[in-house]
Amino acid sequence: MASKVLHAIYRDDDLLMQAVKQIREARYHIGEIYCPFPVHGLDKAMGLAPTRLAITSFLYGLVGLSVAIAMMNFIMIEDWPQDIGGKPSFSFLQNMPAFVPIMFELTVFFAAHLMVITFYMRSKLWPFKKAENPDVRTTDDVFLMEVDVAGHNVDDLTNFLYETGASEIKLIDNK
Amino acid sequence: MYTLSSKIKLTAIIFMIVGAIGLIYGFIAAPETVEDVKEMMASEHHGEGHADESTTNINVEQLPGNEVEVENIEGYESEVAEGEHGEAHGAEASHEDEHYEHVLHQLQNKPWAALYVAAFFFFMISLGVLAFYAIQYAAQAGWSPVLFRVMEAITAYLLPGGLIVFVILALSGLHLNHLFIWMDPEVVAHDEIIQNKTAYLNVPFFLIRAAIYLGGWVLFRHLLRKNSIKMDDATDNSIFKKNFKLAAGFLVFFIVTESMMSWDWIMSLDPHWFSTLFGWFVFASLFVSGITTIALMTIYLKSRGYLEFVNDSHIHDLAKFMFGISIFWTYLWFSQFMLIWYSNIPEEVVYFITRMEDYPILFWGMIVTNFIFPVLLLMNSDYKRVNWFVVMTGIVILTGHYLNVYVLVMPATVGESWFIGIPEISGVLLFGGLFLFVVFNSLTKAPLLVKGNPFIKESKHYHY
Repeated sequence: MASKVLHAIYRDDDLLMQAVKQIREARYHIGEIYCPFPVHGLDKAMGLAPTRLAITSFLYGLVGLSVAIAMMNFIMIEDWPQDIGGKPSFSFLQNMPAFVPIMFELTVFFAAHLMVITFYMRSKLWPFKKAENPDVRTTDDVFLMEVDVAGHNVDDLTNFLYETGASEIKLIDNK
Repeated sequence: MYTLSSKIKLTAIIFMIVGAIGLIYGFIAAPETVEDVKEMMASEHHGEGHADESTTNINVEQLPGNEVEVENIEGYESEVAEGEHGEAHGAEASHEDEHYEHVLHQLQNKPWAALYVAAFFFFMISLGVLAFYAIQYAAQAGWSPVLFRVMEAITAYLLPGGLIVFVILALSGLHLNHLFIWMDPEVVAHDEIIQNKTAYLNVPFFLIRAAIYLGGWVLFRHLLRKNSIKMDDATDNSIFKKNFKLAAGFLVFFIVTESMMSWDWIMSLDPHWFSTLFGWFVFASLFVSGITTIALMTIYLKSRGYLEFVNDSHIHDLAKFMFGISIFWTYLWFSQFMLIWYSNIPEEVVYFITRMEDYPILFWGMIVTNFIFPVLLLMNSDYKRVNWFVVMTGIVILTGHYLNVYVLVMPATVGESWFIGIPEISGVLLFGGLFLFVVFNSLTKAPLLVKGNPFIKESKHYHY
């Protein structure tokens, strides 16, 4: 896609939020927004779909719980049901209170770690990954918005962006 | 301003009347003599009447109803009877009488215990709300001031509810019932364990302590409410600061007295048993019941159009608290159970053995109502905003915590003779009606939105 994008830089998050709303009303397409910190409500203003990370975490937790139950049921009850200090190892339920701490911890362990790994994979983050940063200042104090030109008149779009409060605008040939 | 709807008033009065009639019936139906008990049990265990006549020491009501097993036991009976027929005859007759007397005491305790469980349950709701209210002040929470008047109204039940609990305790002290066995001098005379505890467990000191807890809580509640009303016309934050300090002071007083209250009013029902995290456990129960009640009241009032400044996010926060404190309750319940189950020391473990054997459905069912149900239903962030989800979970949580109090009190007072019948349900109706009446009546006494609270604006615009 040899498309062109405009990089508009904003100096203030309130300005950015307003600009996002105006741009979406004018039916221009926002590609990406780079911020130095999370801007509350930006995802909603951009119309991004809500994350499903919490759902994955719940499922991972269930996996962890099943692993704990299967593991301890096999080791303590089925494989070698020894009498250890008089604990009733005849069935899983009879000895369950002793397993609960492990069941709990494994649930949390799976839920937390697998969710974090899912997050890294979905956001394509890993060590030695090349940073995708169009302007170094966006990690410090400016906000950068990518707007697709996509068939619109570049001058009209530039003027429009200036009116929304952009302090710098660059036309970029995209890849 | 809220105006009390005649429907609620009527409902509350009907509840109270029906409850009172049911309780009176419960007291009348309780057996008065050993002969009454024998008659009752004979009619309940028909077909096993012949076991009554035998002189062996098998407890009649422990016989399974199954005919085949009865025959087996009969075989055993005759074997046993052969061996010890001679000397055992007289001794066993008196032993059987002892058994009936034991059952008699349990059945006589039943209406009292039903009264006590319900009275304590509704009282603990308002106490939990007061603790929550004080925490909101002390933490300077920005989301909750729009709910303050609802919380204040629920705490209005503290005074009447506390008085009722106190009167029941005083009646126990006057030996009108056998709820607290350590109050019976005959029991204490033969019980060295209780004798060693009489410095703490004696009726005058017990009632003085109860008066101090109740007096302190009611006083703090009175001052906080008075200041809250005064704050409506305030021009500066001085009253808010006063309430902030009062709330912090109350919380210190509360955590000490609440802990002691749980030893006195509940743990001392089993004077041979003790547990160190018991105070926290009772606290978690009253706290989550209180928060649930706030949520239910808020949703009800909002649905009637009285709380237009309350939005989904407030309900969401209350539901989060219901969710979190339910888990906290389970954590304490399990910690107490598991430590005792694991070490299995006889003098401690009897407490749970009686509960697991005589109350299996309630004892394990509590885990479902107080933990699994709220966790699964309120885990989703969207569900916490759906009012009927919160209401449904709230009703289950409140039922679960009533059962929690029931399982704390009943095994020590009525033992295996428990049943959730007319006296128990009537107790809930009576105090539920009174609670409704007092709380909704208190709502009419002040505007539903506090003014002059420095956080009120933030709270109105609260958004999660």
